[in-house]
Amino acid sequence: MDFIQSIDWMQMLRCFIVGGIICIIGQILIDKTKLTPARILVVFVTAGAILGGLGIYKYIIDFAGCGATVPLTGFGANLAKGAIEETQNSGLLGAFIGGVKSSAGGIAAAVFFGYLASLISKPKMKKQ
Amino acid sequence: MNPIETPKQYSDYVDKKSPNSPIIKNCLIAFLIGGLICSIGQIIFDFCKYKGMEETPSNTVVSIVLIGIAAFLTGLNIFNKIGKIAGAGSLVPITGFANSIVSPAIEYKSEGYIMGVGGKMFTVAGPVLVFGISTSVIIGIICVLFNCS
Repeated sequence: MDFIQSIDWMQMLRCFIVGGIICIIGQILIDKTKLTPARILVVFVTAGAILGGLGIYKYIIDFAGCGATVPLTGFGANLAKGAIEETQNSGLLGAFIGGVKSSAGGIAAAVFFGYLASLISKPKMKKQ
Repeated sequence: MNPIETPKQYSDYVDKKSPNSPIIKNCLIAFLIGGLICSIGQIIFDFCKYKGMEETPSNTVVSIVLIGIAAFLTGLNIFNKIGKIAGAGSLVPITGFANSIVSPAIEYKSEGYIMGVGGKMFTVAGPVLVFGISTSVIIGIICVLFNCS
């Protein structure tokens, strides 16, 4: 298998460690603060967007690959990156187009698969 | 026992009574599961690269596949069981976003397919999109004003 041989295992290790550390930050927030999971998702996306906007997050992505892009901070950073890149093409309009454009795939997949998965599943019966 | 009169007393009382969460163990599990989910993403990413795709669409494929898997695992009630053990390990990766869409949608299915499923699926994902997209718009505007590009 050429594909297995083409995997960069050091990259995989960096991805595992950085992805894990970002999750530890989330776990500490859950255990040490009274933030609900929903708020933690918001905090992570917003923090990722700010780090992406400041240009810091791309160094983490260069280092860790999917260890940085898969956590929700990566989703936020992707929104910010899209907005910044699109302003170069279409100016102020780009600020409104770019963010959603760059993460359109993820958002559309979440809406579509989310709806589909909800349709096929049965609501859990509460035991009386 | 003395009656509880102030919010401060109440919160002290709750802190005393609630079990101490074993934070080290939780963090270790979150680290392992979170790292594992990111590594699965990396394998998908490497496979896209191997098939000759560019970096940006590869990242999109990773998001779509992970979101799809997480959505259906939530629908089958498997993801919630993983989430109970993994905590932030399954919440913080993009899988948590998919889970946050499907969970309330299933719960409110009895309210109908349009306002129940279609409306309630954004109970948690809505704020995430509102704050994420708004931040990106602000960053874009700042970028235009200060000519950062």
